[in-house]
Amino acid sequence: MSVVEKHKEEAVYVYQAPIRIWHWIQAFAIFTLAVTGYLIASPLPSVGGEAYDHYIMGYIRWYHFVAAYMVIIGFVFRIYWAFVGNSHARQIFLPPVWRPSWWGEVWHEVKWYLMLISEPKKYTGHNPLAVLTMHVLYVWGTVFMIFTGLALYGEGTGPGSWQHSYFSTWIIPLFGQSQDVHTWHHLGMWVIICFVIIHIYVAVREDIMSRQSIISSMISGWRMFKDDRPPDDLH
Amino acid sequence: MHETFYEVMRRQGITRRSFLKYCSLAAGALGLSPAYAPQIAQAMETKPRIPVLWLHGLECTCCSESFIRSAHPLAKDVILSMISLDYDDTIMAAAGHQAEAIIEETIQKYDGNFILAVEGNAPLDEDGMYCIIGGKPFVDQLRHVAEHCKAIISWGSCASWGCVQAARPNPTRATPTHKVPGLADKPIIKVPGCPPISEVMTAVITYMLTFEKLPELDNQGRPKMFYSQRIHDKCYRRPHFDAGQFVERFDDEGARRGYCLYKVGCKGPTTYNACSTVRWNGGLSFPIQAGHPCIGCSEDGFWDKGGFYERLTDIKGFGVEASADQIGMKAAAIVGGAVAIHAGVSVVKRITQKGDDA
Repeated sequence: MSVVEKHKEEAVYVYQAPIRIWHWIQAFAIFTLAVTGYLIASPLPSVGGEAYDHYIMGYIRWYHFVAAYMVIIGFVFRIYWAFVGNSHARQIFLPPVWRPSWWGEVWHEVKWYLMLISEPKKYTGHNPLAVLTMHVLYVWGTVFMIFTGLALYGEGTGPGSWQHSYFSTWIIPLFGQSQDVHTWHHLGMWVIICFVIIHIYVAVREDIMSRQSIISSMISGWRMFKDDRPPDDLH
Repeated sequence: MHETFYEVMRRQGITRRSFLKYCSLAAGALGLSPAYAPQIAQAMETKPRIPVLWLHGLECTCCSESFIRSAHPLAKDVILSMISLDYDDTIMAAAGHQAEAIIEETIQKYDGNFILAVEGNAPLDEDGMYCIIGGKPFVDQLRHVAEHCKAIISWGSCASWGCVQAARPNPTRATPTHKVPGLADKPIIKVPGCPPISEVMTAVITYMLTFEKLPELDNQGRPKMFYSQRIHDKCYRRPHFDAGQFVERFDDEGARRGYCLYKVGCKGPTTYNACSTVRWNGGLSFPIQAGHPCIGCSEDGFWDKGGFYERLTDIKGFGVEASADQIGMKAAAIVGGAVAIHAGVSVVKRITQKGDDA
């Protein structure tokens, strides 16, 4: 794309269909995981009667495990798509932390959020601060939750199961004991919740205040631009 | 050479019939098929009793108290006929120099062929001066005997993990057996619990005697046959957990109806032990059956995980003790608040900018 003084910026196709579907499934699964996970640690008020009349904890745990597998399979797929998808699909996995100029752009974004500058840069993909946040909190947060989650799940499936053999056997002693893994998994949930709050807020804010579309792009896949100057990331 | 178990048993007037019954029971207690009973009998008829030196570091003797209450096999059978308990300062007749001399005697006669059982652990601070046995630091005695033994059994949570004397801030630097620096490289079997179940203790010894090898251990060194499942997995109250029926307070209807103790802090879901299958006092009961939540006594650092009656662990290092939920909710509230303020400022800024543009 040639950089010219004044040109009409067309919409760019950024988020391919599998990425969009994956994103909304993740959103749904993570919401389910947080709600059911909280209820596993702090169960609903006790119900009376006979045990065979109810299966409340059983269903809550079942939904947690189903949603967890959706996240795991989704995450594996997402890594696969980073290889076969377009260049935007790789962005959150590989922040160019070795490039000083990239850190300069991160700092530029920070200043934008601190309202020290009146206009942000224009990006087709994620802005550098978004890439950094997603890489640290989302990518590594999810890896942490998948590993600790499978270690805890392996305790139930027991010795001989793949979850136990590949996860529980080394992760549980690594943290100390089972209770510690529970605690860290629980703290991980709050990290993800904090990420979600920030993620949704900045998505809405950027949609209104930045120079490109955000929320509609994750539905249609197309990035729209609000002005005709060229974007700061080249594509 | 020591007599065989069988010879000792016969000398004590035990009939062959009773002896074979005992072998079947031992096979059952070990979770072996009945076909192993003749193997156990064969071992007991032909093998000499294994000498055991039972050392005591910082401990409360609850492991010994548990051990002597074993019902299958009876502790007296173990002590009198299965092993040759040469040294155990709590229950031996000898005292003082006589008692200490037995250690050297056993080391000389059975070098590399006796079992070292450790109850309690060694404090390392002040060169081990917080635990003195016969005028010397316990840690020296432990290292010396470990040098010559065949294998080490770490009885209880003290020897296995550290237990109460190693709880924060661990003032004497009490250290579990496998972490004692300079200890000879010998196989260590951890039998954690505060105390361990008596039948588990005697079964571990019976297994080692019968098959002349260590029982299969998990990657943390615990015998798989007793420590591969959580209390929760075999708890008879588990159906109430799955149903969502909990004791909310110790005096409520749920407590009377024997509902799940999860909400009053039961550590059954995170505790590996055989209490819910083997149970205690000859299979009579176990804490959960008596209406008390499991405190997780066989787990590493169970004293430092917050209240016994709380589900969520206390996390240190935040100035005050707080649970994951307290910390998480605070973080989420701070983030939420920051977002709200930021949003407010953004709106104001946008309005004023629009005003400028106009």
